[in-house]
Amino acid sequence: MDDKLNQLTLKQALEGLKEKKFSAAELHRSFLNRINLVDRKIFSFTEVVDQQKPKTKERPGILEGIFFAVKEVLSCKNIKTTASSKILKNYIPVYDATVVKKLSDLGAEIIGKTNCDAFAFGASTENSGFGPTKNPWDTSKVPGGSSGGSAAAVAADECIFSLGTDTGGSIRQPASFCGVTGLKPTFGACSRFGLLAMASSFDCPGPLGKTVEDCEIVFEIIKGKDENDATSVVYPKSWKKKQNLKIGLPREFFDDGVDSEVKNLVMQAAGTLEKEGHQLFNVSLPNTPFAVSVYYILVPSEISSNMARYDGIRFGGGRELLEDEVKRRIMLGTYTLSAGYFDQYYLKAASVRSLVKNDYLKTFENVDVILGPVSPTPPFGIGELIGNPLKMYLADVLTVGANLAGIPGLALPCGFTRNGLPVGMQVLGPHFSEDTLFDLGKQYQQITDWHKQKPKL
Amino acid sequence: MAKLTKEEIKHIAKLANLKVDEEHSVLFAEQLSAVLDYVEHLKKAPTGLTQPLYNVNGKNNVFREDEVTDCLTQEECLGNAPSTFKGYFKVKSIF
Repeated sequence: MDDKLNQLTLKQALEGLKEKKFSAAELHRSFLNRINLVDRKIFSFTEVVDQQKPKTKERPGILEGIFFAVKEVLSCKNIKTTASSKILKNYIPVYDATVVKKLSDLGAEIIGKTNCDAFAFGASTENSGFGPTKNPWDTSKVPGGSSGGSAAAVAADECIFSLGTDTGGSIRQPASFCGVTGLKPTFGACSRFGLLAMASSFDCPGPLGKTVEDCEIVFEIIKGKDENDATSVVYPKSWKKKQNLKIGLPREFFDDGVDSEVKNLVMQAAGTLEKEGHQLFNVSLPNTPFAVSVYYILVPSEISSNMARYDGIRFGGGRELLEDEVKRRIMLGTYTLSAGYFDQYYLKAASVRSLVKNDYLKTFENVDVILGPVSPTPPFGIGELIGNPLKMYLADVLTVGANLAGIPGLALPCGFTRNGLPVGMQVLGPHFSEDTLFDLGKQYQQITDWHKQKPKL
Repeated sequence: MAKLTKEEIKHIAKLANLKVDEEHSVLFAEQLSAVLDYVEHLKKAPTGLTQPLYNVNGKNNVFREDEVTDCLTQEECLGNAPSTFKGYFKVKSIF
């Protein structure tokens, strides 16, 4: 019964399948068993696909036999995709999101759809219309969000890897809270086609996995220009590799607002990297204190426009089914874009967005990457912030900067609090520097084993 | 202190085509006012002549050839519609 196949990394699963140590069917059964055993405790999945797809191709793709989970905001053909909102509770897409299709075309199969905050609006997965996902390390805590189900499913070994989306930290923060690895790609590197839109100038689909290496494999497959997404780009050829990096530690990421245990663990990780030959520098991103405000003006503004399509005529139910947080954001955006307030809110925030982006670009003239905590706190309690939207928004303070600037960020585990909760760090780099982030992340995971720890469920 | 009154919330809800009951108008007024109070500090941001940034990868107009390609069938397009009539979406009368 306990074959542990469900614990394999993508790399290990691919090797095992190739060497015929086990079959795709055995792997599939192992995941279904695991889901049956633990998902009632954590609720990662809103939908589980229990039948394997019949094989239609003669030549198997390179991901044949691999099972992945997909966040509820990414369309999957013929599989219910609800955005974790009651308004779409019966919606069945007739096409795949491009990032899903790229994986399916190579033979990978969807094991299920993962819970998230409704329409990905949130930082705890508590805004889901179907109930909160729980943190596998402590089920009284949130798994983070909005890709909480995607992170919890990987942490609980219910899938090999998963897809999430990151608009303001929604891949990195749940990865950090659940002790897994996650990549927010450069904006435009991965197509948004088939992603149920939140904020179109911010949304980035990306992988969550058990290792940096796994996230790299998935990213290499899902990236690239897509005719169906005008903001997607041709990914430039890889960078010149550097052995020893200059790592910037931004003062604003280690200030008084950040929990001291979190700070210490990230500083220890920085020390570990320094011993490997990298150099540490103190840097400053002075407009960081404005980032959350800019984000919570621009994103609701884009939301209010994107969500106008939910009129219940072509698909979905009526607008009365929208969750409270969805209503709040639509209304906030309607207000900030309305006549008389546009200049004061939207235009001002868009100008400060320039300042935030320039902070990052200027810093990257002096250092190769920036290192800091993902979240200012360890995972918080279920119910702790949900009644206070502003406090919940402030949980995004260290992640939204990368989205405002459109740069990539890699979140990876760097330790545990005294109470046994995972803490993650993020490495941010210039546009299209994913290679550098992966190299540094892989090096860190070769000399540490935080990413190998498993929650007891 | 509160920037938005519950009457204003009702007005915004109407603009956004949302129904918000009495209890929620009070709650949302309080919650959204807190957010608007918080973002006030943006006034202090030294934007000067800084240009607003609307998209991060500089793509403003993206063109493609206007060619006929494969598309979804009528049946697929109507598959999720709550109500259809002879191959059309059925909507409430507007007039």
